Amino acid sequence: MKTLAELMAIKEATMQKMTVREDTGDDAIRIVVGMATCGIAAGARPVLNAFVDEVAKRNLKGVTVSQTGCIGMCQFEPIVEVIQPGKEKVTYVKMTAEKAAKVVNDHIVNGNPVAEYTVK
Amino acid sequence: MRELSLNILDIAQNSISAGAPLITIEVSENTTDHTLFIGIYDNGKGMSEEQQKSVIDPFFTTRTTRKVGMGIPLFKMAAEQTGGSLEIKSELGVGTEVKANFKTDSVDFTPLGDVASTIQMLITMNTDRDFVYKHTVDGKDFVCDTREIKAILGDVPLDSYEISQWILEFIKENTEVLYK
Repeated sequence: MKTLAELMAIKEATMQKMTVREDTGDDAIRIVVGMATCGIAAGARPVLNAFVDEVAKRNLKGVTVSQTGCIGMCQFEPIVEVIQPGKEKVTYVKMTAEKAAKVVNDHIVNGNPVAEYTVK
Repeated sequence: MRELSLNILDIAQNSISAGAPLITIEVSENTTDHTLFIGIYDNGKGMSEEQQKSVIDPFFTTRTTRKVGMGIPLFKMAAEQTGGSLEIKSELGVGTEVKANFKTDSVDFTPLGDVASTIQMLITMNTDRDFVYKHTVDGKDFVCDTREIKAILGDVPLDSYEISQWILEFIKENTEVLYK
């Protein structure tokens, strides 16, 4: 069973890894998940978790996952925006955890937005 | 909402929008009385009496009060359809309390669902705020307080992946044993 005492050891391990991970600053890619009532009801929580997991698993640097309020197209929730400096914003609709994995692989890693998940 | 834990996530987002530095979430279940209590308390900017009335009624909500919207009405409905109730107390400049009572033996009771994920997400997506999560089952309780976690972590951020995963498991394991 996990206790607060155990957290000390995790902290040490995390600190060592942190020195390797450096923020790339202005070039950062932002993945923003809509987390208003509409998004949450449509299943945004597992979508956000999937993005966080994928980014961590692949040890991607300069990629942040964050949340926002209602993006304004509630019928298309869960909605995810990928914002990259110098490029047009890409809006993904009706997202799922599985689609999130593909977006990270195709778009974030390889630079090819997944057209079939975007708003038509 | 398919799980009450999603309502909790949604209502807590209002506390975050209200600028609350400290958000307390209380879940208390009594398996003999078949009751469940959920409380969400914050020390955010609070609401006027007029706003408090309007958040209950989904059709009273206008674009300017948009950030409240359907959240409270959905949570209220989830409680009332079990024979339970929802109460809001708020004071400008002091904070807001949302308290909901459920009858868990009602056929219309929505399962609590994955509260651990809700709390983990709130904590790791809002590292500038503090959260206290208290889960009680028949008198046995578990408390997770980010102020204690931060004191141990020091400069290591709560949203680093390893810490975030640890928080999820910490909450999950410690709440599961309450039901044994």
